[in-house]
Amino acid sequence: MIEFLKKLFGQSGSSATAKERLRLVLMTDHLELAPELIEAMKRDLVDVISRHVEVDRDKIEVNFERQDSALAMLANIPILSVNRPNPSLTLVPVPEPVASVQPPVAANGAPPNAAPPRVRKRRKRTSKKAAGTNAAPASATPASAAAN
Amino acid sequence: MHQPQTVQEEKEVQSSAPAARLGRAIVLTSGKGGVGKTTTTANLGTALANRGARVVLVDADVGLRNLDIVLGLESRVKHHLLDVLEERVSLDEALVPGKHSESLFLLAAAQSREKDDVETAKMKALISSLRERFDYVLIDCPAGIELGFRNAVAGADEAIVICTPEVAAVRDVDRVVGLLGNRFRPQLVINRLRPNLVKKGKMLSVEDVNAILRLPLLGVIADEPEIIVTTNRGEPLALRKDTPTGAAYHAIAARVAGEDVPAPMPAPAKVTILERVGSLFGGKRA
Repeated sequence: MIEFLKKLFGQSGSSATAKERLRLVLMTDHLELAPELIEAMKRDLVDVISRHVEVDRDKIEVNFERQDSALAMLANIPILSVNRPNPSLTLVPVPEPVASVQPPVAANGAPPNAAPPRVRKRRKRTSKKAAGTNAAPASATPASAAAN
Repeated sequence: MHQPQTVQEEKEVQSSAPAARLGRAIVLTSGKGGVGKTTTTANLGTALANRGARVVLVDADVGLRNLDIVLGLESRVKHHLLDVLEERVSLDEALVPGKHSESLFLLAAAQSREKDDVETAKMKALISSLRERFDYVLIDCPAGIELGFRNAVAGADEAIVICTPEVAAVRDVDRVVGLLGNRFRPQLVINRLRPNLVKKGKMLSVEDVNAILRLPLLGVIADEPEIIVTTNRGEPLALRKDTPTGAAYHAIAARVAGEDVPAPMPAPAKVTILERVGSLFGGKRA
């Protein structure tokens, strides 16, 4: 109904589209122009994850992907080994030196049993809804792990 | 008055005296072409000169000389920037006096040369010597961020960035501001705003643009047909202080000069029903 009224009064709101496109394009531009920022982020990420598992620092890949109205950071962090089970940690251990860690943000039904050799973290989602809150907090709390 | 106590101090006072009188070198830039850098340079220069300041406008757009046209001085240009930089003529021979003001001068760009022909160090030295003679040295920067941009920026110590309310223009200004860094303390002029479109949600607003750029706002210029008309005639609109846009350029000039006047902000035109009906029958707006 509101949409109809807007149309009726000629408020097609293409400026909102412009604003949104501008926001996204500038995020991408700024990332492209600041490789040191990405390196720093990589370092911090690895530091956090390394508290729980041993990762292959040389083979970490961080990419940014434009989705419809959001920019996502995709980190591919190969895990070398996982510490012996420690009851004080929330991490549920797995027998193999492999773990699937998912942040709470992407808890939309990734297969819980598949245990890929690499961790795929998705963060910094800034969709329209999350625009106000900006990037997700950089907590690397492992939410779930593969269970046999 | 403070009396110099030593010879050394006296020397220092003497040497610092001319430095205090140095004019301001301001580069007008935008990254993107066609947003109104040249028009803004001409109008801001005209308005500053109108306030009594000694102003020189330097067209740094080598190869695409345009500032002379906007000022209506194209027939008076005999020598250009590169003639001066390459020491073929003196600065005085190359400076073209303005048509409407005794304190406005133009240093035209070379039309038959390329931007890469300009030596950055020489450009810097030229701007320095202009600052000794003028209160304001306004440098009309070419579009782009290559050598032409770097040369235009080289001698400046302040920057005014011109942006239109468009995605591409804002993106380019964002890039240019990143390149300029803090040294130039860039200030923003938003050009070609159409308040009626903003009101309808069809154009980025001043707030939208500056929510991204976050720069001190000097002022906003509306997209008015009279700007085209005055450019056609080679008479900057700033000569006509009685028009809203002319007054807006004067307000920007006052703000550049450090006066605490509000940033000009065009308001949406009130269209009467009669005019609206008239426009249905091919209204007579220019």
